[in-house]
Amino acid sequence: MAGPIIRTEHLSRFFSTVKAVDDLSLEVPAGIVFGFLGPNGAGKTTTIHLLLGLLEPTQGQASVLGFDTRTQAHEIRTRIGALLEFAGLYERMTAEDNLDFYGRIYHVPAAERRARIKELLTHLDLWDRRKDPVGKWSRGMKQKLAVARALLHHPPLIFLDEPTAGFDPVAAATLRNDLTSLVAREGVTVFLNTHNLTEAEKLCAQVGVIRQGKLLTVGSPDELRVRTGGPQAEIVGDGFTDQTLALLRERPEVANVALHNSHLTIELRGESKIGPLVSLIVRSGGEVEEVRRGKASLEDVFLTLMEEENA
Amino acid sequence: MSDILTMVWKESKDVLFQGGWKSLLRPLIMIGIMGIYLPLQLGSQWLGLTPLAMVLLLWIPFFVIISFIGDVIAGERERHTLETLLASRMPDRAILLGKVIAIVLYAWGMGVISLLLGLVLVDLFRTQGNWMFYPLDLFVDALVLILLASVLAASAGVLVSLKVATVRQAQQILSVGTIVFVFGSVFVLRAVPASVYSSLSYSQFLLIVMAVIAVLDAILLGLSLMSFQRSRLILS
Repeated sequence: MAGPIIRTEHLSRFFSTVKAVDDLSLEVPAGIVFGFLGPNGAGKTTTIHLLLGLLEPTQGQASVLGFDTRTQAHEIRTRIGALLEFAGLYERMTAEDNLDFYGRIYHVPAAERRARIKELLTHLDLWDRRKDPVGKWSRGMKQKLAVARALLHHPPLIFLDEPTAGFDPVAAATLRNDLTSLVAREGVTVFLNTHNLTEAEKLCAQVGVIRQGKLLTVGSPDELRVRTGGPQAEIVGDGFTDQTLALLRERPEVANVALHNSHLTIELRGESKIGPLVSLIVRSGGEVEEVRRGKASLEDVFLTLMEEENA
Repeated sequence: MSDILTMVWKESKDVLFQGGWKSLLRPLIMIGIMGIYLPLQLGSQWLGLTPLAMVLLLWIPFFVIISFIGDVIAGERERHTLETLLASRMPDRAILLGKVIAIVLYAWGMGVISLLLGLVLVDLFRTQGNWMFYPLDLFVDALVLILLASVLAASAGVLVSLKVATVRQAQQILSVGTIVFVFGSVFVLRAVPASVYSSLSYSQFLLIVMAVIAVLDAILLGLSLMSFQRSRLILS
């Protein structure tokens, strides 16, 4: 489809006095993984509920796949896949029956359904366990099955709400890898709710940051880095005095300096050279062990945005 | 219709016949009591489908449905499967009707099996080889009454399950509700003047009972359909 796959205009949802989503205007292009970042209670899940037409907006409007969420919610739900806050699997049923049930819901013909279930379970290394009741599975396996369920009927768009929440790092990385390969293979657009910044950094082409229902910013991770902080130099060493920091701050190419234990982080204006700064540190009595040029992580960007909002 | 059948298929897998052979224990116990023990105890009364036999048969749907309906409605919410189902294309009505139909068919099936098994056993052990069938009109009445009572119990179960947080709460309220309903019905029936009964044949009386239950079914099922809406459920 031409144009954005999701579009919201001044979308708001209030629960009595609480503004769960407040004046959200957003466009998500087709074919990307869009990360919707925010702390717990920011309004991410309510946004998904609004986009699926499960909740009526208090104000504003939204369209998904070109359908209005107020008047054409059934059309939207017919065409999307979803893995919401909970995996939503029937634990007394087998993995195969769980997928079969959702295949029937989406009117996938029986033969195609069987082939698709085999294809997805094989890809996710779950085929041999297909006859097990899902209740006997680990959390990571269940979540993989829920991802398979969301993709079963070849939807052009899937919603994932915190898919790795509560996972240990290994399980989270495994699920992320499976997710990445499946999404690339299926060519779907993904609307990913997460507060896991590593996940967003690895998966998302664009991110939107939401807090207390308000959208703070939208863009690619690189654009956000530029907007909220330029390139950085990280210097590890010893003897970094207040005088050293003051001298650095006087330099025109330095935007900010922060010292955490023996790590000196210098935010640069533009792509400046680091050499003169290192010389300055050494001349002022500092001992430099390691110099790294880097860019702000998405976590830095996120924390900066949160601090700005607090201020 | 295919959506309703999909829900019936799912409920049969998830709730009614889950757990392999263990899932047969509950229905076997029920059939043991209602299809073997009581018919053999009542003998010819059972075969004549007297008021006592009819009242006992009407207990079947309530027993069966109380134990399942909370699981299929409140249980979906408790186990966090309802939200995903609501995010799918499955229409609200198909979800609700599929659940109700699955449970009603299960309860009605138990009633039919009990009736037929009871017939065979009473004929075998109580009629000295004189094979008899139920009076046909009363047999049909019994089938219809069990069906109507099943719909009544299921609809009431849906309404209760939508208001409570857990399966256990639903079952507790429904158990108490059934007792109140049964004793309330007895109280109402006893309050009716004897002259009314004497002016009615047994079949006519059953017809009135069926009409009353059918009206209650329509009201409760209508209320259930109105209450079972995505926008409400997602907030609950």
